Amino acid sequence: MLLVVEQFLNGLQFGLLLFLLAAGLTLVFGIMDLVNLAHGSLYMMGAYFAATFAAWTGSFLLGALMALGATLVLGIVLEVSALRHLYGRDHLDHVLATFGLILFFNEAVRLIWGPAGLALPLPAWLTVPVPILPGIHYPAYRLAIIIVALLVALLLYLGVMRTRIGMLIRAGASNREMIGALGINIKLLYTLVFGLGAALAGLAGLMQAPILTVQIGMGENILILAFVIIVIGGIGSIRGAFLAAIFVGMIDTLGRAFLPNLLRQVLSGAAASTAAPALSSMLIYLLMAIVLVVRPEGLFPANRR
Amino acid sequence: MKGLSVSKAVTALMLAGLVLLPLYSQLSGNIFILTLFTRIIILALAAASLNLIMGFGGMMSFGHAAYLGIGGYAVGMLAQEGVGSGFIQFPVALAASAIYALVIGALSLRTRGVYFIMITLAFAQMAYYVASGLARYGGDDGLTVYNRSDFSGLINLSNRTQFYYLCLACLLGVIFLIWRIVNSRFGLVVQGLRSNEQRMQAIGFPAKRYQLVCFVISGTMCGLAGALLANNTDFVSPAVMYWTRSGDLMVMVILGGMGTLFGPVMGAVVFLLLEEFLSQITEYWALIMGPLLLLIVLFGRGGIMGLLGRAGRG
Repeated sequence: MLLVVEQFLNGLQFGLLLFLLAAGLTLVFGIMDLVNLAHGSLYMMGAYFAATFAAWTGSFLLGALMALGATLVLGIVLEVSALRHLYGRDHLDHVLATFGLILFFNEAVRLIWGPAGLALPLPAWLTVPVPILPGIHYPAYRLAIIIVALLVALLLYLGVMRTRIGMLIRAGASNREMIGALGINIKLLYTLVFGLGAALAGLAGLMQAPILTVQIGMGENILILAFVIIVIGGIGSIRGAFLAAIFVGMIDTLGRAFLPNLLRQVLSGAAASTAAPALSSMLIYLLMAIVLVVRPEGLFPANRR
Repeated sequence: MKGLSVSKAVTALMLAGLVLLPLYSQLSGNIFILTLFTRIIILALAAASLNLIMGFGGMMSFGHAAYLGIGGYAVGMLAQEGVGSGFIQFPVALAASAIYALVIGALSLRTRGVYFIMITLAFAQMAYYVASGLARYGGDDGLTVYNRSDFSGLINLSNRTQFYYLCLACLLGVIFLIWRIVNSRFGLVVQGLRSNEQRMQAIGFPAKRYQLVCFVISGTMCGLAGALLANNTDFVSPAVMYWTRSGDLMVMVILGGMGTLFGPVMGAVVFLLLEEFLSQITEYWALIMGPLLLLIVLFGRGGIMGLLGRAGRG
């Protein structure tokens, strides 16, 4: 029981983290029609910034806030200097150009921070286990991730659905020429959206940093998970990204936790322990394959016509 | 109208260079250059196979490195289990790649555009994780291939020059095959689908079936490159199918010129030589390579072949 609740919460936490990443990716794709592979690099930079700033200031929270600002600025600089020129180009061009950016970021990080990973230690008040149910404790930090990510998701929803800027973003997604013709500064709007996406990726990275080590290439594997989420949820749909992210996070975490035991009931011990890691890492891709067979456009496509 | 265009002349020059390279290596005693170019030729073969679906078929696969791994693992796993004959290893490598391509293609081709890019990427990453989980065959650390494929005296893969020429022959054979495919009725249909799928379907061509066959052919060709690569490095590991390798292959195709016969070869030669050259200047070669890619995308339309074509006309 304890294990089930714990793994369930771990799955939720991982899923919410994936949502932060996928939301930025899907926003940028939905509105600017830009495939940004370097999104994972922004996630990585968020983690590196947080580790560095936290070490400078001696405060985890202050470091995290500064890192958030830094990734926002980095995203804006990236958009203005390079990615802006890719709008309207072929998707293949996006893939290649942002692939080049990944190479650049990985190498730049190696140059600045060295090849070894960094650690981002947690403050004492975040390491205590918190009782969530009678007799069941859960690490405070993971709980904090869940709360922060849920809050951000809510803010994002309200921001996109209830504010003027959100209205412009939605309008831009459905017809960019028209809102340009109505006198909206699209360039500024695009830069803003990209910066927002970058900050979300940075937030995901810096929150994940204390759990994993901060290392080069950390953004790449998780970026591919974000792609899977977008494909499952439907490109451009924040709601789809949210549901798919939770789904994928749960399946991945629960699969890794319980599949070995399940397999052991069916197969012999040796065969089960060989097959389990491969099968549990395949699970979400199998899920994606099934979704594709049933609904090629994703479960919650953004603009149905 | 000149009889010989610049791009044709450069291609011929490059091919002559590739054929004569072992001679140069022998005369100068520079063995390294032969090893380097064996690798370049194998990856050029992989890039050429990618070009078949990407350049001619319009299918942007971002998971082509998976076949390099599948072909390589077929050789490595059979060798580990005591099957050393190349007459078994190579057909198995090709068949395994074809089956993988069939399954992945059937699923991926249900989508198009950017979805297709992401899905092929995700499936290749799945193959990567599966290989990492193969504890019996080295898992993450990879698998050493102690004996190269044995072709019972017909050709000796441990002989550098013979192996080089085998790879070159495979490359030229595959390019010949691609040339025949592209100019066949089948190839014309596939290219028609790239330009306008709806219209082709309206004429009555079963679009997905044509694309799937093309996808499988391309994957099988790349499986051959994988089997050769495992023999070249005497080693196969999940890193072979890591997604950056798929990206490298895409870059080679774009750099050389998408949808041209010899473009991918040119791209592979330039890309890998540039990588070699930059990594000799600085350890941080990707710091230059990354922005260079960005610039190529922004300003270099049509790749090297496009550039040469313009030079020929201008």
